[in-house]
This record gives sequence, C-alpha cells and structure tokens, in this order.
Amino acid sequence: MSDRLMYHPADESLLAYAAGTLDEATSVLIATHLSLCPHCRAAVSAAESVGGEYLDRVEPSAAMKVSAADVLAMAEQGGEVARPAAPQACEIVADIADMADMPRPLRNYISDVGIKLKWRWMGPGVRYAQIAGDDASEKIGLLRIAPGTRLPRHGHTDEEYTMVLAGSYESASCRYRRGDVEWADAAVVHQPSAGREQECVCLVVTRGALKATGLFAPIIQPLMAI
Amino acid sequence: MLQTAVLQWPGRWTKKPRAAAPPQFRDSSQPASLTVKSPKLAVTLEPVQHEDFSSLVVSVATTRDRSAFARLFEHYAPRIKSFLLRQGTDPAQAEDLAQETMMSVWRKAAMFDPAKASAGTWIFTIARNLRIDAIRKARRPEFDPEDPAFVPDAEKPADEVINADQMGCMVREAMAELPDEQALVVRMSFFEDKPHAEIAEQLRLPLGTVKSRLRLAMRRIKEHLGDRA
Repeated sequence: MSDRLMYHPADESLLAYAAGTLDEATSVLIATHLSLCPHCRAAVSAAESVGGEYLDRVEPSAAMKVSAADVLAMAEQGGEVARPAAPQACEIVADIADMADMPRPLRNYISDVGIKLKWRWMGPGVRYAQIAGDDASEKIGLLRIAPGTRLPRHGHTDEEYTMVLAGSYESASCRYRRGDVEWADAAVVHQPSAGREQECVCLVVTRGALKATGLFAPIIQPLMAI
Repeated sequence: MLQTAVLQWPGRWTKKPRAAAPPQFRDSSQPASLTVKSPKLAVTLEPVQHEDFSSLVVSVATTRDRSAFARLFEHYAPRIKSFLLRQGTDPAQAEDLAQETMMSVWRKAAMFDPAKASAGTWIFTIARNLRIDAIRKARRPEFDPEDPAFVPDAEKPADEVINADQMGCMVREAMAELPDEQALVVRMSFFEDKPHAEIAEQLRLPLGTVKSRLRLAMRRIKEHLGDRA
C-alpha cells in the first residue's frame, strides 16, 4: 500500500502517550502523527484499553467522600465544568498560513502557546522557528528546508524526533514523506537532504543539542543551536 | 482458559512514591517469581463483565438512567481515586478528579461508543485527560476526526473489524502472556506518572532496556490484535 506511512514513532512513545505520561512536546508530535496515521491510532487505542483494564482491576481501596447522588446533583446544577475554551481560529504567521493542511493538533497547539513564529536562519536554505520548550526540557519547533538542500552532517546529544509535514527528505537512504517520523539519538549521525520537488517542512522535537560533525563542525555548530 | 495470574503492584503507595524503595525485580534469565508483597494492592486478571458497564453507560446516554449511573459510580469512582493515588496525586485532588470524571461520564455519556472502547477504557481516558489538565498544567493535544487534514481509517473487510469486547479480550490475553519483566514496566507506565528515564532509575536498569521492554510488550499486544492495528 503506497499511501500507508512507512516510518512511525517508537511504540514506547505511543504507550506513554496513551498512559498520559509523555512530555508535552513529544505529545504534540504524536497527536499530529496520529491525525495522519490510522495504524498508530489503533496502537494507541490498544494501549488505552490496557489502561482501561488496569482501571477495572485496580483495588478500590480509596473510598469516595461523596455519593453518586451528590455527583449527579453537581453535574446537573453546576453547568459546564470550567475549561479553557478550545482555540478556534489559529493565527499562524502568514508565511506558513498556506500550509492549510497542517493537522489540527499542531495548529491548535501553536495557537494555544500564542507565539508568533520567528524564523531563524540556520544555514543556506534552512530556517527554524521554535514553538515551545527550553534547554532544560524538550523543545518543539518547525524546520523549513529549501528544495534539494543538504543539511550539515550532524549527531545528537540526546533524542530527536522529526516528522515531515510537507515535502520530503532523505536520510540514511530512507525517504520520509508527510506524516513519517524519524527518530534519532546519540548513536545516530545523519545528513538529511530535502527532496527537490518542494520545500520540506518538518516538526522537530529535540532534547539536548545537535552536534555538528566533520571538518566544518566548529563553523556549523553555532548555526545549529536548536 | 482461566487466568489466575496475579499481577501485584511492586511497591506500596506512600505519600512520596518517588522516594519509594525500588521494587524487587528479577532478571528474565531467572525464573519469574515475583512475590506478592502487598496483596491489598493486587491487580488481578480475573474476567470482569465489561459488557455490563458498557451497557450502563449506554443507558445513561439514552434514558438518563440514574440507577445505571449509581452502579457506574459505585464501581468506577473509588477505582479512579485509587488509580490517581497510586500515580502520586494528593488525596484531595484525587477525590476532586474522581468526582469530575464521574460528572463527565454523566454529561458526556452520549459520546461513548461501545463499539470502539469498553466503559473502563473510555473512563480511563477521561480521568487521564482531566489529570493532565489539572496536575501537570500541560497541554495534551488530541487528534480530531473533524480535522480537514485527518486521514481516516481504511475500510476494512467485515471479518477484520473487531469490536470493543474482542479488543478487551485480546488485550487481556496479551497482558496475561507478557513476561513479568515486560508486564512490570507496562504497569509502571500507567501507575506512575514518570518518564521512562525515571522508571529506569527506579528499577536500576539502563533506559534502553526499559524502552525495549515496553516496545516488546506493545508489539505483543499489537500481535494479539492480529495487526489489525
């Protein structure tokens, strides 16, 4: 099947997403991938039913302080539980507004964080805009790579997830297309290059910094400070 | 096959679960013999009548059946609270969240689809999301089938479609067959609000080992679903 995605997030990330213990940045990437991948949605719902099994089987050792009737009364008189309203329109900065097919979890998240994306020049043909996160935790951002651009060869100090939103890129003789996810860690050194057909836009979640390797590393390194 | 395996929780819940002593753990190369240290906290794999709870939710949705809700409350509310306590939620908040979850069950019963999930699974996801909202103050995006970019499931041949009961059954089988070392990390993933790195630290295992065990467990669960996943 040609329309089926080839590269998926690691199963332990899907499990952690289902359990509700995954960090925020990676959750955004997973939810975005799930929008495009029926295969992983099924895996997550299997993992959620593991959670359901645990709930059904947990020893009910903690008694409730209220009765069913109390909760019914609250549910009926309280109106809606105060929850922040789901973001409606998304004001993503104009130059990616044409990515109308950006899946909603990501679109809503950017709008929710409420930042205006600032594109930073990362080298010829490469721009990066951080959405959220800091050095102490996971960072999530968007990477735009001009058609045919070859990124500097680089390693990672920690884990990195990359998901293609538009266009494609090739890395270690694998071609990643919309929805595909590449995982890399400290053991992986790669040199992705964008497909020639169109600009490649990726969602990137990183923990730790990227590490340039090779002859020009000292020159490239400062540019890659994602 | 009667499943008599008892999957005990490796550590007693305390007010500071993060400081709890690491659970006893045997390597897979040794015969599996996890001892039941606190039978009170045992999680058993005896069959539970899921259909009953699912039809109770349906009764709540269709006829606003208050006695059906009372029965759901009796079963789930203390379990949600116990589950949350194990995850390290403080008692007052666990009570609030259990109440809030049950309010959602009453209000959102119409959104429950018994073909897609068991009542327990559906209620688990409600409690999970409320907990993330309340405790972690983190955003947890979810996919939205109304999203124009959403890629829907492919049409499946009728004989490949599985319903929630079958799914529950397969998941129970898969869980019963997991080697102890895998069952332990899966259980910890759900019962402890910790990233994998902290689970690894607690078990004194390399992070890669924890991840590969989780990966193997997920693969087994997916295999049981016959790659319908």
